[in-house]
Amino acid sequence: MLEQIFIAPFIDMIEAPDFLMQVLWEGLVSGILYALIALGFVLIFRSSRIFNFAQGIMVVFAALTLVGLYELGVPAWICVLLTLFVMFVLAIAIERIVLRPLVGQPDIILFMATIGITLFLIGFGEIIFGGENKIMITAELGIPTDSWVLEPFGGLLILEQKDVTAVAVAAMLVVGLLVFLNKTRMGRAIRALGDDHQAALSVGISLQTIWVLVWFIAGIIALVTGIAWGARAGVSFALEVIAYKALPVLMLGGLESITGAIIGGLMIGMLEKLFEIYWGQPLMGGNTETWFAFVLALIVLLFRPQGLFGEKIIERV
Amino acid sequence: MKDTVGYTTADGRQIGGTVMEMKNITLRFGGVEAIKNISFDVHEGEIRAIIGPNGAGKSSMLNVISGFYHPQEGEVWYRGERRPTMKPYEVARQGIARTFQNIALFEGMSVLDNVMTGRLTHMHAGMFSQAMWWGKARDEEILNRQKVEEVIDFLEIQAIRKTPVGRLPYGLKKRVELARALAAEPQILLLDEPMAGMNVEEKEDMSRFILDVNDEFGTTIVLIEHDMGVVMDLSDRVVVMDYGKKIGDGTPDEVRSNQDVIDAYLGVQH
Amino acid sequence: MLYRTAGQFKTSYTSDQALFPVRQDAVLLMIILGFAFVILPMTASEFAFQTLLIPILIYSLAAMGLNILTGYAGQLSLGTGAFMGVGAYACYKMITLMPELNPVVAILLSGFFSAGIGVIFGIPSLRIKGFYLAIATLAAQFFLVWLFEKWGWLYNYNASGAIQVPNMDMFGITVGGPRAASITQYYVVLGVVTLLTMLCINLTRGNLGRTWKATRDMDIAAELIGINLMKSKLTAFAVSSYIIGVSGALFVFMWRGAAEPNLFDIPLSFRVLFIAIIGGLGSIMGNYLGAILIVGLPVVLNTVPEALGLDIKSSMVEHLNIMIIGSLIIFFLIIEPHGLARLWALIREKLIIWPFPH
Repeated sequence: MLEQIFIAPFIDMIEAPDFLMQVLWEGLVSGILYALIALGFVLIFRSSRIFNFAQGIMVVFAALTLVGLYELGVPAWICVLLTLFVMFVLAIAIERIVLRPLVGQPDIILFMATIGITLFLIGFGEIIFGGENKIMITAELGIPTDSWVLEPFGGLLILEQKDVTAVAVAAMLVVGLLVFLNKTRMGRAIRALGDDHQAALSVGISLQTIWVLVWFIAGIIALVTGIAWGARAGVSFALEVIAYKALPVLMLGGLESITGAIIGGLMIGMLEKLFEIYWGQPLMGGNTETWFAFVLALIVLLFRPQGLFGEKIIERV
Repeated sequence: MKDTVGYTTADGRQIGGTVMEMKNITLRFGGVEAIKNISFDVHEGEIRAIIGPNGAGKSSMLNVISGFYHPQEGEVWYRGERRPTMKPYEVARQGIARTFQNIALFEGMSVLDNVMTGRLTHMHAGMFSQAMWWGKARDEEILNRQKVEEVIDFLEIQAIRKTPVGRLPYGLKKRVELARALAAEPQILLLDEPMAGMNVEEKEDMSRFILDVNDEFGTTIVLIEHDMGVVMDLSDRVVVMDYGKKIGDGTPDEVRSNQDVIDAYLGVQH
Repeated sequence: MLYRTAGQFKTSYTSDQALFPVRQDAVLLMIILGFAFVILPMTASEFAFQTLLIPILIYSLAAMGLNILTGYAGQLSLGTGAFMGVGAYACYKMITLMPELNPVVAILLSGFFSAGIGVIFGIPSLRIKGFYLAIATLAAQFFLVWLFEKWGWLYNYNASGAIQVPNMDMFGITVGGPRAASITQYYVVLGVVTLLTMLCINLTRGNLGRTWKATRDMDIAAELIGINLMKSKLTAFAVSSYIIGVSGALFVFMWRGAAEPNLFDIPLSFRVLFIAIIGGLGSIMGNYLGAILIVGLPVVLNTVPEALGLDIKSSMVEHLNIMIIGSLIIFFLIIEPHGLARLWALIREKLIIWPFPH
């Protein structure tokens, strides 16, 4: 029994290194996508201290809008632009209808409000788009759909090109965001707003503009995530559940750190895959991916309540 | 432990022996030393002030006494024994109550409930008894309500007893906080800037309450305060801190003429 | 005029601390209890029992349990569904292992299993706070639902993976299972819920309630005035999980009749959370108001269009239901974050001076 837990899985890993690499690659791709969702959270949280539970449904909504427009006959890249426009309108609507009346309320109230937004968008989306699964327009967007077949260690490793594209695009998005936040004036304003509303207002930063901008960027991220994930798994409301996975990522990486979100995402993605393949399926009946990430994050937080990257919390009285 | 003998104040009050002593306390946060090797004692029944410029480490000192911060070096002695590292609630149960610089009332509760929480260290009925609202729980509730009403009378806040504290003005909140601390019937009362933000009248009221508490119940009081007039009038002895170090210790008059204290804090009297 | 409280003086602490110091409140409660215990059972239809009366009571109980943890003690939990499941499965095992056991006793005992697991998963609350804690409770939620599915012993290894409520008798009357009458089950549920509500009211207005509220409002200050935070939080988890576990057992044994693991998944957790929020965090009565709204709304949405002669598909009704609940949450948070309970308190204040404007 002990041998099964502590020895056998590692032997399996070493004996089939190509399979191990495949597992790690799959985990990496999932991880990047979790990280992207987490990025949306971080962005909104940093600028407004709102924990936007609706990020997940925004991913679904963006993907559904994209595919829906295409089904109406709109050319692929115009769909993208139109979807971006829809996400922009959505951002403005959310800011005006939900956020503005709740300015200054405690975090928990804002969090609940975003749950309300989630529900609303689920119901609304199902009415508009219908509940059946749809296929992402991967090829139509110019994303390569072949695979690269590699043969490391004499074995077999298959890399889907759409996954590689997703990873590359995600990387560019992250770098772009980091540059934007740290080097531009708007970015600085966003960070200032996150630190202190009142102070930011008093130096002339417009709350509304920044919030709309931030939610729009989150919308862009949601669209990219939606495309990447939809390409892997089809587009449906089940996608929303995947957004839950971003939560342990946030626990690990902290709610405020972009690098934390990325590293946390990669870690969770790879570790949960590893656990499922080498321990979950042989020993526990499988399907451990529903909870592993959460338990892992919980254990880390017990030892480091600020997460892996957060600042140590010093309580003041 | 030195000096267990009491002393007599200038106006003839009899002060007891040493009840608490801070020995070589050093407190660090990361690289910053908030308190550097400070020692002083507190006598039973006296009013001891801690003064000094902002950032001197006064609140941190109070937090060390409360058990909220644990000094990296040094010891706290209480009633002749070295106090082991304790959790704050254990310190509170030893008979040390306090107020806070930025009011720490429970905003979701009424004044009455807030002051009742001060009685927690005296209420022991179990959960089952409370759920049935009979026997010990019910008797305790009524008994402690009585005690709390006495404190409310003492501080003259009867009219607002059912008001949620969130709605109260600043001055009244401070008074409710004092009530909560007093309800615990503490042996040592720590007051962190009890007069902050008050006008002259309110300060006079608060001073009167503090003196009454010390007079009627013999409670030892340690207070942090900026208003020099208040400090000189109220306190028996003063500790002066600056940048985490102790730069003065003695009666108000001694401290007032201490050159270091004048340079760092008081300035020259016009 | 209706609610004039002038003239009702309290001359002792005992009477001031009475449950309903205002006479009109006591009268109102008598009326409500009269309805619940006598009038409604005599007049309600089978449909009303199954779609409204019984689920409203059960959800109120679950929300009350969650409210203790989240509303009073301030520990946000998203794992309510899973803990209801623990109660349900514990009850199932007890009843199948000891068929002679009184079903109501089994239901009341099953709460203790939930309480135990609740305390274990509550331990992180000593180090983790706020959103992080909420996410940690999701670990319990997802893990337990997975366990319900994988651990065959829980459902006696039957092939479908689901648990079925057998016919259970108490004092000669069938109280559970396919043969049970709705009215019997209604009374069982009503009895349990009334009992636990009374206990909760007592707990929350006494010392423990104040300790919890202090922990919620400012835990650092709470510790500094002598509250053992660990005891306070873990007690909250224990009491809360007990109540939620009992509600889970009632959910399956007195209402649904059967259960699969995914019944206790995240949507159930959120439904109970919404009831607690819309009803009002930190109140007892709010849970009932919230449950009436959340349980009643789909029923209304289902029956009103027919009554008006409109033809709306049931799936559309479902979507509309979700949209409306989402909007209601936002609406309430903007208008009155403290929920229906606060709205009721405001109405009462107005009634006190009615018909005068001020």
